[in-house]
Amino acid sequence: MTYIIQGTRDDFEVVIGLEVHAQVTSKAKLFSGAATAFGAEPNTQVSLVDAAMPGMLPTINAECIRQGVRTGLALGAEINKFSVFDRKNYFYADLPQGYQISQFKHPIVGEGTITINKKDGTSKDIDVERIHLEQDAGKSMHDQHPQMTYVDLNRSGVALMEIVSKPDMASPEEAGLYVGKLRTILRYIGSCDGNMEQGSMRADVNVSVRRAGEPLGTRCEIKNVNSIRFVRQAIEIEARRQVDIIEDGGHIDQETRLFDPVKGETRSMRSKEEAHDYRYFPDPDLLPVEFDDDFIAAARESLPELPDAKHHRFVSDFGISDYNAGVLVAEKESSDFFEELIAALVDASGKKASAVAAKAANWVMGDLFGALNKAGKTLSDCPVSPAQGAELLGLIEDGTISGRTAKDVFEIMFETGDSAEKIVEEKGLKQVSDTGAIEKIIDDLLVANPAQVQQYRDGKVKMIGFFVGQVMKATGGQANPAIVNQLLKPKLDG
Amino acid sequence: MTDLTKLKIAEARDALAKGDLTSLELTEAHIKAVEASSPLNAFIVKTPEIALKNAKAADERIKAGNATAMTGIPVAIKDLFATKGVRTTACSHILDGFVPEYESTVTQNLWDDGAVMLGKLNMDEFAMGSSNETSHYGPVKNPWRAKGSAKGSNADFVPGGSSGGSVTSVAAFTAMGATASDTGGSIRQPAAFTGTFGIKPTYGRCSRYGMVAFASSLDQAGVVTRSVRDGAIMLESVCGFDAKDSTSAQMDVPNFEAALTGDIRGMKIGIPKEYHLDGMPKEIEALWDKGIAWVKDAGAEIIDISLPHTKYALPAYYIIAPAEASSNLARYDGVRYGLRSAPMGASLEDMYEATRAAGFGEEVQRRIMIGTYVLSAGYYDAYYLKAQKVRQLISNDFKTAYQKCDVILTPTAPSAAFAMGEKSDDPLAMYLNDVFTVPASLAGLPGASVPAGLSSDGLPLGLQILGQPWDEANVLKTCGVIEAAAGDLGAPAIWWE
Amino acid sequence: MSDIDKATVAKIARLSRIKIEEDRLEGLAGELSNIMGWIEQLNEVDTDNITPMASPVDTKLRWRADEVSDGDKRDAVLINAPQGEYGFFAVPKVIE
Repeated sequence: MTYIIQGTRDDFEVVIGLEVHAQVTSKAKLFSGAATAFGAEPNTQVSLVDAAMPGMLPTINAECIRQGVRTGLALGAEINKFSVFDRKNYFYADLPQGYQISQFKHPIVGEGTITINKKDGTSKDIDVERIHLEQDAGKSMHDQHPQMTYVDLNRSGVALMEIVSKPDMASPEEAGLYVGKLRTILRYIGSCDGNMEQGSMRADVNVSVRRAGEPLGTRCEIKNVNSIRFVRQAIEIEARRQVDIIEDGGHIDQETRLFDPVKGETRSMRSKEEAHDYRYFPDPDLLPVEFDDDFIAAARESLPELPDAKHHRFVSDFGISDYNAGVLVAEKESSDFFEELIAALVDASGKKASAVAAKAANWVMGDLFGALNKAGKTLSDCPVSPAQGAELLGLIEDGTISGRTAKDVFEIMFETGDSAEKIVEEKGLKQVSDTGAIEKIIDDLLVANPAQVQQYRDGKVKMIGFFVGQVMKATGGQANPAIVNQLLKPKLDG
Repeated sequence: MTDLTKLKIAEARDALAKGDLTSLELTEAHIKAVEASSPLNAFIVKTPEIALKNAKAADERIKAGNATAMTGIPVAIKDLFATKGVRTTACSHILDGFVPEYESTVTQNLWDDGAVMLGKLNMDEFAMGSSNETSHYGPVKNPWRAKGSAKGSNADFVPGGSSGGSVTSVAAFTAMGATASDTGGSIRQPAAFTGTFGIKPTYGRCSRYGMVAFASSLDQAGVVTRSVRDGAIMLESVCGFDAKDSTSAQMDVPNFEAALTGDIRGMKIGIPKEYHLDGMPKEIEALWDKGIAWVKDAGAEIIDISLPHTKYALPAYYIIAPAEASSNLARYDGVRYGLRSAPMGASLEDMYEATRAAGFGEEVQRRIMIGTYVLSAGYYDAYYLKAQKVRQLISNDFKTAYQKCDVILTPTAPSAAFAMGEKSDDPLAMYLNDVFTVPASLAGLPGASVPAGLSSDGLPLGLQILGQPWDEANVLKTCGVIEAAAGDLGAPAIWWE
Repeated sequence: MSDIDKATVAKIARLSRIKIEEDRLEGLAGELSNIMGWIEQLNEVDTDNITPMASPVDTKLRWRADEVSDGDKRDAVLINAPQGEYGFFAVPKVIE
């Protein structure tokens, strides 16, 4: 299914490439020992190196190299055992050195691939061109003072991975899925926390349009888009803008633009209007980064099971649906939760995983996610542990409580953090499965309601619902409905 | 006691150890000399209070018996080195009033060894110059004056550059030793112009941490003293591995003084034919011949060598050094320290342009622009990459030569000191001063200039010894032999007090 | 290629963020052309198959451990600032 933008005369395709900047998970900065934690007071996480004091020199953080290599491996990319840091020269208030240390000609990671799974059930490989390591800039605040811009260098020098895709995406959906999948992978391997609200991940989106079959059009780069939703919106809006210009007989200027989600538009960035000449050259304060096969092997060894592999295993080993598997592996926390839940269920019931997984998946994606959503929580602060979830599901499975009661029990669990058994016990929610007791109730009911019995026997079989209701009423809702049905029918039938 | 400022470091060390002298006495004598030396303009910041405090601490340390060779020795610091709490500007207007909150590793090493700080020394702005005439604080005068010169006996000569303050403070007996830095000859050429000993060790021997950067792949700290022995002592103090500098070498520093055996018998000394320049003054050729004869007499073997790419070193240097400088100096933008020039209503861009126009002197601006040009789109390969390849060839020349010889002997500079103002309007003529020193800087090799004679009008001349990587010991040893053979060259008459 | 005209001087001055008054452009163009012309002699050198030399150091980069060992010195960072306010550096307002 091709994404098409309809112009007044022609249909247009959109071509999208992404440069994702992902903050490397590390305690200290790429070239200094200052901390990287989010949210500190301005300029408190700044070393004299980050502030580019005269004579200060960069020294590289080993962890950032390791995480770069792990990320490359996770994308099946080629790892370059020799890479070089270059200086990208430009002036900006939050760029203290007057250059950004980045990698230009010799990045640490070469070509790799990210597979996206589309809604229509198809999948597509998006090629990654390269990953390089670079410094983040500081932060400029333009709205604190009428005449001044304030500069905070806390982020200055924080390690980023720039993950550059090829222009392989053809719709806002694909771009969104690509960013989402990349985020999932980074979070799985722990090389980036993927926290887009805090700026740990942001994307520069390159958009161009063309009539079907024509060569690539002129692209515009939309800078610093900081959510997946905005990536999709920005592409839609920018592609439409370009189509309108072309159809009006205009041409697209290659430029840097800013996405304004409030106004729903992209606009040219004045500060970037001037043509750049970055004058890249190898940073003479640093030497080439070199490592051997053992280093790469150790990095590979440290990788967890990746989302695609996990997805495949959930389908083949657990027998859950492809869709459910996709949802569950999208976040590492949910796949971890699910796996712990399955393990606990298998442990308690002695059944095979495939026998318990489908119901467990439904419960996680339905009850659990629903409750989390409603409470505005995530799995990381979920009050119900996988073991507790397993206990609850076990109680349904062995008939102790009904599925209906389980929903109430879960609600209490979610609120109090108590175990299911404790709640069932304390609230007396145990299902009545004692056939003798239920039989006695049924017998009494048949005697007390002869008219209804007769109606049933006259062929109004729906009346069985009336009797089920009465039994439930008599047992305070705790009678096991399966047993009630099982006992009631022969007695009514006489 | 005789004039304490005339003592050499080695002599003072011995006298201090014996208790014949205190650092306080020595330091007070030097503080007085520094005060009296103002007409030379070598010191741009004087720190007598720090010096006295250091001296007292040094005397305590000597008494306690844990002194080093540098303990109690009054030295002065090129303004390129950041000194905590003491203004550091690299003699540029753009660093006006900058007081670092940190100490360079080179100076920290000196203070750790108990040396005494007299003050900060004048230099060419950001070390860009060969005459110390580009300093924001005005030129430094060479303590030496020419006798019977056409310019008259009171004409002022340049001390060379960029370490003009360093060599002058030492030559004028106001400091026993000084730190200096060499990017293309900034230690060796001024040492030659002032009759002092100056040595630049192998690139990576001294940490660059806290040294204001000019051209990072070339900058190397070193020292200036009044004898080879003093140079060995002070160099050993400032060298050493530093994890804060990624290009610092993880190597032990040998006992340099121990290398001064005076015995160079069997040593192979290379004489590069390409260093015979057309039109080089005869007295420079003659000095070189004398140097060759001295080392030969001392039992060394003279080897004719070829460094075929020598003539391309200077043009390659004037691509590489400005390119790196254009980037290194981008941080001077008026945002975090130093000068800010922002007229009313100025935008950030206006502020950058105004600040950098006002803050950088002409030569610095020129080099930033050359550097920007050679790195800019479309020119990178033709200039910068080409220069890096030529640099490789120059380095290869030395590697080939060192298969046949241990050290190389050349003149340090193609002339004696020139008069102030003589070349300041002709950048190219100024650049050519470094023709003999730049190749070794490009290759990162250790090199020294040792006083070897006087010109016909009585100005000092130096010979240069270049060594193999990490072989400062043989450089020092050979310099020691030349120093001894050259004998006493006298000292400048003290005209400035 | 070594001929640097006034427009080129203006362009590199702008890239260098150095304000050069119009009346200096001509002189600088001459000076820089002169220097670049002298540099052109490098073209005599055959550099085919020569690896560019970026540094005299031929070892690989040393890595440091991922430890927080610096920062938390706002006063030292800001003390030399021409204008600092509320713990920030302040510069003339930037319009994006």
